[in-house]
Amino acid sequence: MGCIENLKYEMLLPLGASFKECREYAEKNFAEVWYVDPGYRLFDEYIIGLPPIALGIEDGTKIIFPYTKPCHGTYLLRVEDPDEVERVRKTARKKK
Amino acid sequence: MTDQPETPKKALVILGCPEAPAQQALAFHVAHNLKKRGTEVLIAGNPSVLNLLKVSDPEKHYVTDTMVLEKCIAEVVEKKRDCDLCVVFAHNDAAIAYAATMRYILPERRLVVIVFGKDPEPLAEEINFPCEKIVDKAVHNPMQLRKKINEVFGWAA
Repeated sequence: MGCIENLKYEMLLPLGASFKECREYAEKNFAEVWYVDPGYRLFDEYIIGLPPIALGIEDGTKIIFPYTKPCHGTYLLRVEDPDEVERVRKTARKKK
Repeated sequence: MTDQPETPKKALVILGCPEAPAQQALAFHVAHNLKKRGTEVLIAGNPSVLNLLKVSDPEKHYVTDTMVLEKCIAEVVEKKRDCDLCVVFAHNDAAIAYAATMRYILPERRLVVIVFGKDPEPLAEEINFPCEKIVDKAVHNPMQLRKKINEVFGWAA
């Protein structure tokens, strides 16, 4: 998973989840949701997906985001990184 | 779509997971047909799919340039790489996400998504972005899908 593989992440949805399932999970389970477009840079990787891509924020310090691999589908990951949370809040579109 | 030449100067072919054998044969078919018409072809995919191509075509008769998918997407996003034509092979949900990404980061370019596999219709229905779709139930046998590809690109069989 490149740089993301080196992060301390938790997998919220397992291998083989669809992109749509990941978006719905993020939208339903997190009070703070932001949207970005494909190619948005997160943790030094470009995010893949069907726009809009939903990112969840939890406890103000954790980001929930989809990460797609060709053979495995889309993982939904949670990574704690307060600085990246602030960057998302400044650069993404908030769910209304 | 604007400024699209009859014969693309540069084509980017995105391959999905190599578990469906038809993909590799058709990737060679597409690359060969583009290359012999003068198109510069770059094939991007994960390391496994690129290694399959390299082992099958050691003298690079069909596939000259390859690149790991993440690097290729990074170069397109960063405007270091462009193409006139992007072809995406898709037989799973992940590949549709890659096709959507290519549509978004190459908004003005011709995008052809080849949807195949055991059950391609539901996958094809996930595509809600502008592109040309070629859809066929192909896993092992590439012949029917090759025919459809030839029709879309105007290539003789």
